[in-house]
Amino acid sequence: MLRRRLLTLAAMLALAAGLSALSPNDTAAAEKFIIVQSTTSTQNSGLFDFILPKFTKKTGIEVRVVAVGTGQAIKNAANGDGDVLLVHAKPAEEKFVAAGEGVKRFDVMYNDFIIVGPEKDPAGVAGMKDVKAALKKIAGAQAPFASRGDDSGTHKKEQSLWKATGVDVAKASGGWYRETGSGMGATLNTAVGMGAYALTDRATWIAFKNKGNFKIAVEGDKDLFNQYGVILVNPKKHGNVKATEGQAFIDWLIGAEGQAAIAAYKRNGEQLFFPNGPGAKPS
Amino acid sequence: MQDFGAAFGLAFGLILSGDADLAEIVMLSLQVSLSAVAVACMIGLPIGAAAAVYRFPGRAALVVFMNTMMGLPPVVAGLLVYLMLSNAGPLGGLGLLYTATAMIIVQTVLVTPIIAALARQLIADLHTEYDEQLRSLGLRGIRTIATLLWDGRYSLLTVALAGFGRAVAEVGAVIIVGGNINHATRVMTTTIALETSKGDLGLALALGIILIGLSVLVNGGVLALRATAVRSAYA
Repeated sequence: MLRRRLLTLAAMLALAAGLSALSPNDTAAAEKFIIVQSTTSTQNSGLFDFILPKFTKKTGIEVRVVAVGTGQAIKNAANGDGDVLLVHAKPAEEKFVAAGEGVKRFDVMYNDFIIVGPEKDPAGVAGMKDVKAALKKIAGAQAPFASRGDDSGTHKKEQSLWKATGVDVAKASGGWYRETGSGMGATLNTAVGMGAYALTDRATWIAFKNKGNFKIAVEGDKDLFNQYGVILVNPKKHGNVKATEGQAFIDWLIGAEGQAAIAAYKRNGEQLFFPNGPGAKPS
Repeated sequence: MQDFGAAFGLAFGLILSGDADLAEIVMLSLQVSLSAVAVACMIGLPIGAAAAVYRFPGRAALVVFMNTMMGLPPVVAGLLVYLMLSNAGPLGGLGLLYTATAMIIVQTVLVTPIIAALARQLIADLHTEYDEQLRSLGLRGIRTIATLLWDGRYSLLTVALAGFGRAVAEVGAVIIVGGNINHATRVMTTTIALETSKGDLGLALALGIILIGLSVLVNGGVLALRATAVRSAYA
């Protein structure tokens, strides 16, 4: 009787000990780190994995990236849930600074948006350069188009392009215009699955591995320019912001070293982001 | 679909290579979900047992509430905990957002109703069976609950496993409060979501296979433990 109780007790204790040994140690790792609210493209393209270790090695500051759509990143930062904001929607970024949520905005880098589509090209837009004309053609042919529909930087860009063409996509929503309400990668998976055109940043597309028979259909229009900016979340408004460490990261990122690191990042031999911050080497 | 065969190969390759990043992610998944289940048991078992044994006003409402909360969508739980822990929220000062602790909290919220509701049913059945015997022994109140919980301990392990299954499989809650931060809050499910969004479906599926394997190990381990305990109990 006693023996069996003891055995069971021992088993329970072993389980409990195992559990407590697994208990998290947030405080130990929390010495020097900052949280960067950023976009999916910078993470999915592998850029952060390439440049952040260089910064951490030099300064000992760990950079923790929360990668969400630009709209959500800005909202999270406005809640004070981050030290630095690195996104790609200049008007929204300037509004963020003007509202006192951020200290100052700096250009970091750029690349461009492209429209990708199925090889058989139902709207006949392959090879076009004029993005507005291409969108009009897609709308005219009622060829399926997959939109992010999530208030991200890419979605904001896409909406401004549609607006400029005068096509009312809201009316076509659910028809040929399909809002996925998801991140860039998920939207590309959906687009490839249903043979729909989609607007994407080039970096995500180059790094994307589920391309199927999709090709770049439209590229090269100056309206497809994609600028990334960085902002320190305002420590005067959000007392928890690690201003010193956050500013150190921004200084590094837009300075000569960070800019060179961005330029050095390549996938399949292609450069994904082009630095144009204050410390960029003139080209 | 060439993906399936390749994914199995990739999964075994990853396990055999002893990939350090993968090990870190696996350990964090276990750490978060097992801790959440442990805390949920500490909260849920007494509540469930009390609801089974005591008669009090609002008891029926409590039972309906617990049963309903079993179906709480993870993304809603994530949102609620995010709003609490956000620096703009009431508990922002604790600095818990985007930590493993936040992920344990949100999974505890998800798992506790499952533990409480299932434990209530189980203990209620036991109570009906043993009520007279317990009375004849002069047990009441807290001691009845303690005795019934102890008596039902082997069945309650299955309840804990149901909770673990829910915790380790969900992605909607931990991705909101954890942020899927590399080397900090990245667990198996958020990694799978990330690799899917990168279009690396093969790797995502391989990770899914590893996650299922992990659940098999935990469930098998607990059942083996239970079998040993039962055997020694009746030896």
